[in-house]
Amino acid sequence: MAGKEKLFSKKNIAIFKEPLVDNNPITFQVLGICSSLAVTVQMRTALVMSLAVMFVLTLSNISISLLRKKIPSKIRIIVELAVIATLVILVDQILKAYLFDISKQLSVFVGLIITNCILMGRAEAFALQNKPWPSFLDGLGNALGYGWILMVIATGREILGSGSILGFQIFPDSWYAAGYENMGLMVLAPGAFILLGLLVWAQRTITKTVHE
Amino acid sequence: MHSDAYTFRFAATVTIVCSVLLAGAATLLKPRQIENEQLDMKKNILLSAGILSPDKDASREEINKLYKENVTGVVLDSTGKFVQGKTADQLDEKKDADLLPLFEYKKDGQVNAYILPVSGKGLWSTIYGYIALDPHCETVEGITFYKHGETPGLGGEISKPWFSNNFKGKKIYDDQGNLVSVSVVKGKVAEKHPGADAVHYVDGISGATLTGRGVTHFLKTELNKYKPFFDKVRAQEGGQ
Repeated sequence: MAGKEKLFSKKNIAIFKEPLVDNNPITFQVLGICSSLAVTVQMRTALVMSLAVMFVLTLSNISISLLRKKIPSKIRIIVELAVIATLVILVDQILKAYLFDISKQLSVFVGLIITNCILMGRAEAFALQNKPWPSFLDGLGNALGYGWILMVIATGREILGSGSILGFQIFPDSWYAAGYENMGLMVLAPGAFILLGLLVWAQRTITKTVHE
Repeated sequence: MHSDAYTFRFAATVTIVCSVLLAGAATLLKPRQIENEQLDMKKNILLSAGILSPDKDASREEINKLYKENVTGVVLDSTGKFVQGKTADQLDEKKDADLLPLFEYKKDGQVNAYILPVSGKGLWSTIYGYIALDPHCETVEGITFYKHGETPGLGGEISKPWFSNNFKGKKIYDDQGNLVSVSVVKGKVAEKHPGADAVHYVDGISGATLTGRGVTHFLKTELNKYKPFFDKVRAQEGGQ
């Protein structure tokens, strides 16, 4: 690399920005679908899940990147997995100790971050070849790209499926009395599929990207 | 390319570092986690008996104070007799498998409600809860499910007030004096059991039939464990 690169060079900013829309882990790479279906029934859980993923993804990217010259390529996948699993269990333990109510709501899903393809994908595709700082930006960008999609789906599902935003009822009782009903489909997994499909469609129409 | 010996050394180091980190964190955080769990249990005992309102965010101190003032934990043996000299929180699940914990909500020296812990399999996980019964051991005063791994939004709705509120006022005994427990129906009670037996059923959760079935099943099993005690209480009152 020629000379010392600036912290917020064009390249680094691109690393951070790309996964937000153009190369979004969910809508473009179609990774992490499992959790985007599972935790998006309510906005609260989606938010905490996004934060947990952000924490784990940035730290795992940094750790893998720091170790990138030391990790023997034969066992790199299992090392990546060990680092990710350790971080996830740490998060889970900390949530149980300090944010007990939220950890109860997220239940099994925190543990499932381990199997979220985005984490392994970023470790394997980016952190192994790049320095810690760009890896951090890549992790943060991907986590935000993941997070905002999750929040959009969760918002749609909570409004349509439960008639509330962050747990607060938004439709007046008189609507329900007049025959308005919450859309049960939105609470179930197909609701997430439909919203996700619409998002992918919208994104690809706007950015005009096509998978060959 | 790294040598095999290096690979082994590296793997061993990673393993050791990870396990030390996790073991350290687990040990350090354990006391706090246990405290949280116990506080959560106390809170749910209070919630089930209606001593604490679910809308209110009670602090650690408030919960401990309310619990101390209102609830006594006692122990029953399998014939429904009180075991002297033991309290409910001293019970060891493994050692005291034949003893049953029971919580009494006392007001002015009178038992206002009996609270029993209930637990059993839902769809994905073991569900834990408390059920509060009136002093005649007949009517449900309230119920809470506080620990479970059911799907949020579906089976997870069992921990929401709209579901647990349905249990209030339901009868666990029928007219003939049989312990029938309370069952979760698939759909609405008004459609499935429009008659007089509606007092033994609650509305199900759409999309969570199997969780409901689990709840029905373990409620019955758990209540039956306490049947000798219920019989005693009911006999004392002249068996109504």
